[in-house]
Amino acid sequence: MSDNAPAPAAAPVPAVPPSAEPPEPSRGETLLREMLSSSWVVTTLAIVLALVISGVLIAAADSTVQSTATYLFARPSDFFSAAWHAVTSAYVALFQGSILDTGAPTFVRAIKPLTETMTVSVPIILAGLGLGIGFRAGMFNIGAQGQIILGAVFGGYIGFAFDLPVGLHVLLAAIGAAIGGGLWAGIAGFLKARTGANEVIVTIMLNNIAVYLIGYLLTTSAFQRPGSNNPISPPIKATALYPHLLGSQFRLHAGFLVAIAATVFVWWLMDRSTIGFRFRAVGANSKAARTAGISVNTNYIWVMVIAGALAGLAGSAQVLGTEKVLSIDVAASFGFDAITVALLGRSKPLGTFLAGLLFGALRAGGFAMQARTGTPIDIVLVVQSLIVLFIAAPPLVRSVFRLSSGSSRRSTRSVKEAAA
Amino acid sequence: MSIVTAPPQGAAADPSTLRTSPLAPISWRAPIIYGVLALLTFVAFGVLPAGGRFTTFTFSTGTDLFAIAPVRVPSKSAAIALTLIALAVAVLSFVTTRLRRRIGPWLPALFGVVEVAALLTWAVAGKSNPLPVTGLLAGSLFLATPLVFGSLSGLLCERSGIINIAIEGQLLAGAFLAAVVGTLTQNAYVGLIAAPIAGVLVALLLILFSIRYRVDQIIVGVVLNVLVVGVTSYLFSTVMKDNAATWNSPPRLATLSIPILAKIPILGPVLFQQNVLVYLMYVVVAVLQIMLFRSRWGLRMRSVGEHPLAADTVGIKVNRTRIRNTMLGGAVAGLGGAFFTVAAGLAFGKEMTGGKGYIALAAMILGRWSPKGALAAALLFGFSDNLQVVLGIIGTPIPSQIMLMTPYAVTIFAVAGLVGRVRAPASEGIPYVK
Repeated sequence: MSDNAPAPAAAPVPAVPPSAEPPEPSRGETLLREMLSSSWVVTTLAIVLALVISGVLIAAADSTVQSTATYLFARPSDFFSAAWHAVTSAYVALFQGSILDTGAPTFVRAIKPLTETMTVSVPIILAGLGLGIGFRAGMFNIGAQGQIILGAVFGGYIGFAFDLPVGLHVLLAAIGAAIGGGLWAGIAGFLKARTGANEVIVTIMLNNIAVYLIGYLLTTSAFQRPGSNNPISPPIKATALYPHLLGSQFRLHAGFLVAIAATVFVWWLMDRSTIGFRFRAVGANSKAARTAGISVNTNYIWVMVIAGALAGLAGSAQVLGTEKVLSIDVAASFGFDAITVALLGRSKPLGTFLAGLLFGALRAGGFAMQARTGTPIDIVLVVQSLIVLFIAAPPLVRSVFRLSSGSSRRSTRSVKEAAA
Repeated sequence: MSIVTAPPQGAAADPSTLRTSPLAPISWRAPIIYGVLALLTFVAFGVLPAGGRFTTFTFSTGTDLFAIAPVRVPSKSAAIALTLIALAVAVLSFVTTRLRRRIGPWLPALFGVVEVAALLTWAVAGKSNPLPVTGLLAGSLFLATPLVFGSLSGLLCERSGIINIAIEGQLLAGAFLAAVVGTLTQNAYVGLIAAPIAGVLVALLLILFSIRYRVDQIIVGVVLNVLVVGVTSYLFSTVMKDNAATWNSPPRLATLSIPILAKIPILGPVLFQQNVLVYLMYVVVAVLQIMLFRSRWGLRMRSVGEHPLAADTVGIKVNRTRIRNTMLGGAVAGLGGAFFTVAAGLAFGKEMTGGKGYIALAAMILGRWSPKGALAAALLFGFSDNLQVVLGIIGTPIPSQIMLMTPYAVTIFAVAGLVGRVRAPASEGIPYVK
C-alpha cells in the first residue's frame, strides 16, 4: 500500500487500513493527493506493461508473424510490421468491443459495447465488494462462485415459480438471492466461529458443492423447464426481471444501479459504521480486537453473511438481468474474477467498482476481439493477472520504467514499516 | 495476514478453566458425529431397503498368483452388520472420550472403511454387475497421484513459510509442458522430466513477487493460477488446437508391473501395476516424511517456517532456504501435473486440472502439513473420485451429482468436526526482512 498517509502513530503496526489512522486530512486534500500520488501512475504503467507483455504473446502466436520470422534477418521490416499489425488490430478490436465501436454505422451500435461492459461488470463488482469486506476483516473467502450460484438459485426460483405484482416480485427475488448467497457463505462463517474450520478450505468445498447442487436441482421437476431434457429452468417471469435502463436494444439493466448502491453501502458500512469498524479491527489484529471486547466469532459470521449476500445479488444480476434464465453456468467464472477484482481494488469499495468495470471491459471486449481478429479470449486472463501482479509490486514497475527513486521513497518506507 | 491459520482461541480460554479444574473439558464432538452418522447409515442402508437382494464384490484381476473367489452377500443383512460395527466404533469412541484416553488414527479409519463398505453394499444391491474392488482401489490410487504431489508441494513451501496457492497453476503448467515436450520428442519419459521445469518456472514467479517484492503470498498465488490458465489456454487455442499431431498428442507412460509383487492378490494390482509416476510418488512421500522430521534439512526448513528470526540468529539463511524449498515445491507440483497428460494418456486441454490444485491444498491442511497425512487425505479424495466413476458404470440409486459432491461435504465435516483447529506453520505468509 504505497498511498498510506504519513502517520507516525501507526508506524509500527503492519497492515493497518489507512483509514484507521487517526490524523485524517480533509477529504478533498486526500483525494487530491491520491490523484497526484505515484500509485495512480503505477496503476497506469502496470496496465501498459501488462498490455505490452500480452502483446508479445499475441504477436508470437500470429501465423503471419511466425512466417515472417523465418526470414527475419533478410527483411526485418516485414516481421515488425506483421507483429505491429497483429497486436494493434487485436487491441483496437478489444477497445471497440468494450468502450466505443468507432466503425459502427449508428449511434446505438457505437455505444452498445460500453453498455455491454457495464452489464458484464455488474456481477463482478457485486461479488468483488463482498470479497473485499472479507479481505479487510481478515477472512480469505474464495467462495464467491458458490455464493453467486446459490443466489441465482434462490432468486431464479422466486423469479419463475411465483406470480407476484410488478415491483414486488423483482424486489423479493433480489432479496431472496441475497439471502441464498448469505446463507451459503454463512455456513463457512459459522463453522469458522464454532469450530475454527479454515474458511479457505470450507469455501473452496462449498464452491464445488454448489456446482453439483445446481446441476442436480436442474434435473428435478421443481427447477427443470417442463418438456426439456436440458438442465435449464423455465424463463424468469417478466415481473421479476430487472428493468432495462436504456430501452430494450441494450442489455444494460437495473442491476447496475444495484451495484452502485452496493458500492456506496459498502463504503458506509466499512468506513462509517460501528460494524465496519469492528470488521476492520478484527482484520487488523484479532487478538487486540478480542481484548477490546469485540466478539471475534460473531464478526466472522456477519462478515461472511454480508459478503455472501453481495455475491448473491451478483447471482441475481445474472439470473434476473443478463441471462433471464437459470442454467448450470449462470455464474460463469465471475466468482473467481471477483477475487482478482477485489485484490486489484485493494478491497476498497471505489477501487473494486473501478476494477470491476475494467475487468468487465476486458471480458466484453475479449469476445469482440475473438470474433473479429481471431485472438482467443484467453489472452484477457493474461492481461488481468499481469495487471494485478504489477500493481501489487510497485517497485518492479518503477524499475522497468526507470522512474526516479524520489517517487518511490514513500512506498519503500511503507514496505519497511510493514516488515518491522 | 495469517489467513490460513485458525486463531488460537483455546489459548485465551485455557487459563480460566485451568484454575477450576486441572483437566481440559471433554470434547464430545467426535463421538457425537460418529454416533449420528452410524445411526443414519444404519437406518438408510440397513433398515429401510427391501431384503432379498444380493451384492457381489470381486477381487481377482486375472494376473494374481491365486484367485480370490467373488464374495456374494445378502445386501440387507451385510449392510446391517457393517453399520452395527460403525455403531460399535461410536460407542467405543464415547467410552474412550469419557475416560480421556486417546486412540490412534485406526478408529476413524475403521469407521470410514465400514461406512464406505455399507454404502457400497447398499448402492450395488441387486445389480447384475459385481463391484470390482481391486479396480476401484487401483483407480483411486491413480487419481490421487496429482493430489499427493500437489499437497506435498504446498507442504514444502508452507513448512518453510511461503504460502503456495499456486499449486493449481504449477500442476497445469506441468501438464502443459509434459504434453508439448512429450509430443515433440515422442517420448513420455522426456515429457515427465520436462514437467517439473514448468512447475519451477511458476515457483520462480512466486518467489520473485513474494520474497523479492513482498507482495501478499495468497494474492500472488491466486493471480499466478489465473496467469497460467491464461497462458496455457491461449497457447492451446492458437497453436495446439489446429496442429494437435505436432504439439499435442503425447504418448502415454507405460504401466510397469513389478515382478512377483504385482502378482499378490488385491495389493499387487493396486500398488505394483502402475506407471513410473505413481512409483515416484511412493518414493517422494517416504523420503519427505523422513527428511522433514528426521534430518537437519527438515529441521532447518521447519524452523524457518516457525520462527525465522530464531533461525537467522543461529545462522540459517532464511530467504535462501525459502527460495530453495519453494523451487523444490514447484518441481514436485509440476511433476504431479504430468499426471494429467502423459500419465493419463490424454492430450492437453484448457484448464484440464479443474481445481485439483485447490483440492490438493485442502488435502495438505486436512493432513496437518505432514506428508503421511497429505497422502491419506489425497487417497480419500482419489477414492471418492473413482467411486463416482465406478458406480456410474454399474448404475446406482444415487444421482451422480450427489455422489460427486460427497467428497467435498466429507472434507467440510472433517475440517469442522474431526480436525477442528489445525495449526499452520507460525510464520507462513510473513515475508522475512533482516
